[in-house]
Amino acid sequence: MNGPEQGVLHDRPGPKARRRALVGSLIAAVALLGAGGIVVRRLADAGQFSSRRWAPLVDPSAPEFAQVWALLGTGLRQTLIAAALAITASMIVGTLLGVARMMLGRWGRVPLIGVMELLRGLPVVITIFFAYRVLPTLGVDVSFLPGEDGLWYLLVGLTVYNSVVIAEILRAGVRSLPGGQREAALTIGLTSGQTMRMVLLPQAFRVMLPSLISQLVVILKDTSLGGMLGLYTETLRQANRISQLLGNPLQLYLVVGVLFILINGSLSFLAQRLEQGLARGRRVPLAEKPVGPADPAGPVGPADPPLDLRTADRAV
Amino acid sequence: MDAITDNLSLFAGGYRTSLLIALLGLVGSLLVGTAVTALRVSPLAPLRAAGAGWVHLLRNCPLTVVLFFMAFGLPEIGVNGSYYVFGVSALVVYTSAFVCEALRSGINAVPQGQAEAARALGLSFTQTLGTVILPQAFRTSIPPLGSVLIAMFKNSAIIGAFGVSGDLFDVGEALTSARGYAVLPVLTGVAVGYLGITVPVAAIMAALERKVAIYR
Repeated sequence: MNGPEQGVLHDRPGPKARRRALVGSLIAAVALLGAGGIVVRRLADAGQFSSRRWAPLVDPSAPEFAQVWALLGTGLRQTLIAAALAITASMIVGTLLGVARMMLGRWGRVPLIGVMELLRGLPVVITIFFAYRVLPTLGVDVSFLPGEDGLWYLLVGLTVYNSVVIAEILRAGVRSLPGGQREAALTIGLTSGQTMRMVLLPQAFRVMLPSLISQLVVILKDTSLGGMLGLYTETLRQANRISQLLGNPLQLYLVVGVLFILINGSLSFLAQRLEQGLARGRRVPLAEKPVGPADPAGPVGPADPPLDLRTADRAV
Repeated sequence: MDAITDNLSLFAGGYRTSLLIALLGLVGSLLVGTAVTALRVSPLAPLRAAGAGWVHLLRNCPLTVVLFFMAFGLPEIGVNGSYYVFGVSALVVYTSAFVCEALRSGINAVPQGQAEAARALGLSFTQTLGTVILPQAFRTSIPPLGSVLIAMFKNSAIIGAFGVSGDLFDVGEALTSARGYAVLPVLTGVAVGYLGITVPVAAIMAALERKVAIYR
């Protein structure tokens, strides 16, 4: 984090520049507050701060308070269940896909790459909708599984998309390992399968951990698509339902947004900390770092680009 | 196959609408994202704080929640419009946070010596940024920016699913629910339509990367 953003872009400010910066900051602050004020005034005029709309969410003595939060709690639990199942399934399928892509001969690999690239190009909302509408017509029956039917369609849709992403993260992780690891493992007589399982994958998972957590953030966000498409009662859908009874959608979406930001914010923070820890703990001395073009497909390239560049495109 | 061949013009119209949503999202998010980046590297603290707040809030919130929030919130502050308008604005607002991070990571990756050299030559803040840092930063940030934009093109399908009429998702919904066509061929057509958007975009981004990106 020692790019030019901090410091060098500007001269060290003298008294005049400091005064100008102060005046500029004040003007900017006033302008921002003013814009915020106008929005707040309009919202107030529309009655968005009325106690009728807020009491069920913030006033424990309101008659609906307990029920509203109980419903939101169920929704949150459903969101977490779906996300946990989806990340687990995606990890398993993704590892299988990634290993298959690295180890298959050309005849197996080419079609696999084709399928994976196609799946990667599909919007996740389409894979979920596809699973939801097509699986029942193909005679796939999920009603014997616990929970809502929609959970399993959501799970399939999320897994199809995210397992391919995780396979790519894994591949980038394996490729980022020094080539000597593989050579040494083969030299001491391990088969290529053993090399993958005992030497490469464990190290790759360690390098991948931050990316995997970022992918979990993506999955958490994408569970809300199940709510939007109306097939699973997670947090967003629960909020939709409550707001239809209480007539306070804006307030409920605000609460849902805050819940997501709290959960995902902590996960992103954790990913960042892990990344810093990994970067510190890397034992390759600076001079021996492999130099070459970074892998544009994966967040972990063979070169060691600055922290931000690797993480900037995560969690979209 | 009849489901697709019979309704080819519907699919074509859906493809056009979906593509238009995505292209509006592309232009809008690049513009807003650049503006937010400018806020985040600005020398004025309140602007930096506003930019950082914008990015942190939007990065961790699902696009669907942003979408619902805008669709219900904007009319309350006197901005009226259709689902189309709200949908595209939500896509722009959401993606701008990621565009900002991609651009900012590019600025951070420009070696400090570049800025120091520019300062040593006596260039001003604007000149340093405009002629030395930003041109390099932009090229450096092309790989992450590319993945962000590809993700944006895919996210634009959510706007369609949200209730915009006449896009690919809506065509699929209408043909299977209201007109009773078989689900599998119709939705395959929809999926192929979206691939017809994302695959060329990915190819363009890859070509752009090969041509102008700088790897650091």
